[in-house]
Amino acid sequence: MSIKISNAPYNERVQEGVKNDFMRKAVASAQGRFRSGRQKQADELGNWEDWRTLGEEIRTHTLRNIDYYLEILSENVSKRGGNVFFAKTAEEANEYIQHIIKKKNAKKVVKSKSMVTEEIGLNDALAEVGAEVVESDLGEWILQLDEDLPSHIVTPALHKNKEQVRETFAVKKGYEQSDKPEELASFARQQLRQEFLAADVGITGCNFAVAESGAVTFVTNEGNARMVTTIPDTQISVMGMERIVPTWEELDILVSLLTRAAVGQKLTSYITSITGTRLEGESDGPEEYHLVIVDNGRSKILGTEFQSALHCIRCAACINVCPVYRHVGGHAYGSIYPGPIGAVITPLLDGYEDHKELPYASSLCGACTEVCPVKIPLHEQLIRHRQIIVERENKGNKMEKLAMKGFAKWASSPAAYKLSAAAARPALQPWSKNEMIKSGPGPLKGWTINRDFPAPAKQTFRSWYKNRQKGREV
Amino acid sequence: MAIQNRDSFLDSLAANLGRPRRTQGIERPKWSVSPQFEVLNQASKDELIDVLKKQCEVIHTDFKRTDRTDLVKVLRETIEGYNGKVIVASSDSRNEEYGLDNFYKSAAEDFDVHLWDETMWKENQVFAERADVGITFSDITLAESGTVTLFNNKYNGRSISLMPRTYIAIIPKHTIVPRMTQATRQLHEAHISGNAVSSCVSFVTGPSNSADIEMNLIVGVHGPVEVTYIVVDD
Repeated sequence: MSIKISNAPYNERVQEGVKNDFMRKAVASAQGRFRSGRQKQADELGNWEDWRTLGEEIRTHTLRNIDYYLEILSENVSKRGGNVFFAKTAEEANEYIQHIIKKKNAKKVVKSKSMVTEEIGLNDALAEVGAEVVESDLGEWILQLDEDLPSHIVTPALHKNKEQVRETFAVKKGYEQSDKPEELASFARQQLRQEFLAADVGITGCNFAVAESGAVTFVTNEGNARMVTTIPDTQISVMGMERIVPTWEELDILVSLLTRAAVGQKLTSYITSITGTRLEGESDGPEEYHLVIVDNGRSKILGTEFQSALHCIRCAACINVCPVYRHVGGHAYGSIYPGPIGAVITPLLDGYEDHKELPYASSLCGACTEVCPVKIPLHEQLIRHRQIIVERENKGNKMEKLAMKGFAKWASSPAAYKLSAAAARPALQPWSKNEMIKSGPGPLKGWTINRDFPAPAKQTFRSWYKNRQKGREV
Repeated sequence: MAIQNRDSFLDSLAANLGRPRRTQGIERPKWSVSPQFEVLNQASKDELIDVLKKQCEVIHTDFKRTDRTDLVKVLRETIEGYNGKVIVASSDSRNEEYGLDNFYKSAAEDFDVHLWDETMWKENQVFAERADVGITFSDITLAESGTVTLFNNKYNGRSISLMPRTYIAIIPKHTIVPRMTQATRQLHEAHISGNAVSSCVSFVTGPSNSADIEMNLIVGVHGPVEVTYIVVDD
């Protein structure tokens, strides 16, 4: 897998999402809980806007000096016995990791949840060299057993219900208990504990690296990232190159913003910062450590008007308030990064060609921009994408251009406008019922496939206004 | 250790930013706001303990408060409450100071106790894996979030607070601070003054949990299922 997760056309993906009643209910309920959790934490602080301002200032400064901070980070990781590999592309990152796996003759790899390893398709690369990969985050493990894909960047199996999880465990792992979430989780604990103990190599992502001392930090709740960094003798952390802070003091701010914005917690159960290899006399932690710093298209965004998209700390707050995500779900975006931030960064990382519909998967209501803990102007960036797609890339539909030309001509003639406004209601009468059109003709069909359209009003605004002026019925 | 492809990688970042590569002289700017220092900044230690106690309800953690005289009694009750037979604990210098050394020795009749021992290497992990209870001191305690900070080292393995079914953190009152800000400042200042940071700094906030199945909160996944904090008045 890579950043692109589907070859189906956008409209088909959306249709599939809209028709999936369970998923839509699950997403709506999850959004409600995530939102109220985030709001409660923001309210409790009382000065949330100051926190956001600080978050934005830190991210802006860090990205402007990213070459400087990455150099310091790599020096410090190296001083503490870690190897650092800078990977320009997904292929380079995967080849380096494959090389380690082969060198260690590793048969089993345990992973903790990491979006960047999904993005570069690491699991397939590991399978190529004969290593068995076990995802250890509960949600990721469920998806791996069921050969399914994440639909949310924080709770990846959001689209699955507990009956489906029970069925998957039963078929793939011989599970015999009920569909109670506690029993399912307890089974996962037992199964995965054995995997941790048997693993040769542990692989994690990275929430934030601390440049000043070379610490790589993981923000988790389940404890699997701690297991992955405690037990295997060889450990590899893969980080998107922008996931870095200057010092421990900025780590505090970004972690505080992340846990509040993502899950409404003051801190998650585990914030774990590991630095290089284990020290003399220590029994836990790796004796061999590798940090892989991945570009994979990110550097193209530096120095452009989209640079602030790299400020993202992957909290998913924008996803949790998005009315479009609510209806179509994560898979419809066709990218491992869904929602507003996915619609902004997917075309930047992977090109417009395969993702040109994504900037339109937004109502531009601006809720995403309002909740972003580091103040990325998401909906404005979506508008810029649209402009670029239409103008610079000249990918506007020819029929659409013709239609727009016709519309301009028609709308600039008062007589033509008046005539058609009056004709609209009788013309659409055959499709109207109770003042709504549920299945419209021609160009209206595209709209009414997914939602209803109000029938044209009984009288036009102009005639209503004229009558009102004369003191008649309003 | 090896650093590969760095120059070409960082040169191209600088080129995209439209300037020469920066290798020195970058200072953190003075941020325009600093809300993190306002949190609980007037609270006394006792008020911070109240905040911690309240937060323990949110994070599904049992809260107990005692003094040095009664610590051993409270600890024993807690272990028995967890039906703990096998115990793994850090070989912290504070064990002696708080009278735990004697407890661990005398408790050997009732429990199977293992103190982390650097000479036993991987045996430590094997023991932690089958332990019912893990016990460590907190190095810095964050009132706001209900977090114990552990500087893991050869006396205090990462596994102790992670692999056993239950976990007990002993919190000396003087370790309590308002929030993560004070802990990260301490880490920053220690770094500046030339002290190497621990190979692992663990901020632990209650038991492990997950909401991955239908957004239901499940307490206890890969880490401990139950956690108790024992605050000890100095």
